Amino acid sequence: MAAGNIGAVPVELIAFYILAAIVTFSAIAVIAAKNPVHSVLWLITAFFTSAGLLVLIGAEFLAMLLVVVYVGAVAVLFLFVVMMLDVDFVELKQGFLSYLPFGALVGIAFIAEIALATFARGSDMAELNPSPGAETNAEAIGQVMYTEYLLLFQLSGIVLLVAMIGAIVLTLRHKPHVKRQNIAKQTARTRKDATRRIDVESGKGL
Amino acid sequence: MDITINHFLAVSAMLFTTGVVGIFVNRKNVIVILMAIELILLSVNINLVAFSVFSGTIAGQIFAMLVLTVAAAEAAVGLAILVVFFRNRGDIAVESVDLMKG
Repeated sequence: MAAGNIGAVPVELIAFYILAAIVTFSAIAVIAAKNPVHSVLWLITAFFTSAGLLVLIGAEFLAMLLVVVYVGAVAVLFLFVVMMLDVDFVELKQGFLSYLPFGALVGIAFIAEIALATFARGSDMAELNPSPGAETNAEAIGQVMYTEYLLLFQLSGIVLLVAMIGAIVLTLRHKPHVKRQNIAKQTARTRKDATRRIDVESGKGL
Repeated sequence: MDITINHFLAVSAMLFTTGVVGIFVNRKNVIVILMAIELILLSVNINLVAFSVFSGTIAGQIFAMLVLTVAAAEAAVGLAILVVFFRNRGDIAVESVDLMKG
């Protein structure tokens, strides 16, 4: 990577530390915020900053995808649901402190295990190659996505379709007293069952 | 000193742990639990992309896209279930999900 230095420290490293700090802080804010709307907003910050981290190592396509899918779709979906549900969020936050020691214990155990596994191995791969065999990152992805990974690509489309249908089926409800247009029923009507002929005597009404 | 894969593994580990702790501490709020799951999936994505970029193979980025797809689908279905649950019970506390007496 070609960039300047500030003192002895490369610019990318400074950018990395800033972004990493923002990601970590906003992730903690997601789980600690009192108001779920604030949680969603912090989640958006975390996703956006992670996209910045991916840009930093040259994975631009995934970074843009992260912004489009997560910030554009998932986070907005969360916001809609949070605002749609009429819940007393203060009450939901109760018990946070009583679960905190146990949660912190599990968290420390997790991070210790991961740190042990990661740094005992001592991997220090530092050579960036975000687009092997191609000029740009998107080109490198496109070269294999529709050839080698075609089946997986189609399969993920099916996953999305099933999820969409599932979400609609779950949340759609037919209220009993709402009149709806039924086109099949309309076009199936004939003159025979839609009209009747009555002999009306002259001089009298019906 | 340049950015190494260890930097990204550290960030990813932090995100993952934060997500797991979030599931533990927000026992009453399903929405935040879903968000914590999204954080976990995000950390997985960062890991996949970091390994892909630093090892010079593109497969990791493809897998990250698949994880992204599944995460979106999971969020949609999870929130749909949440909405239905809220309609039936009037709250979203995890403790009240005991209709099946399991």
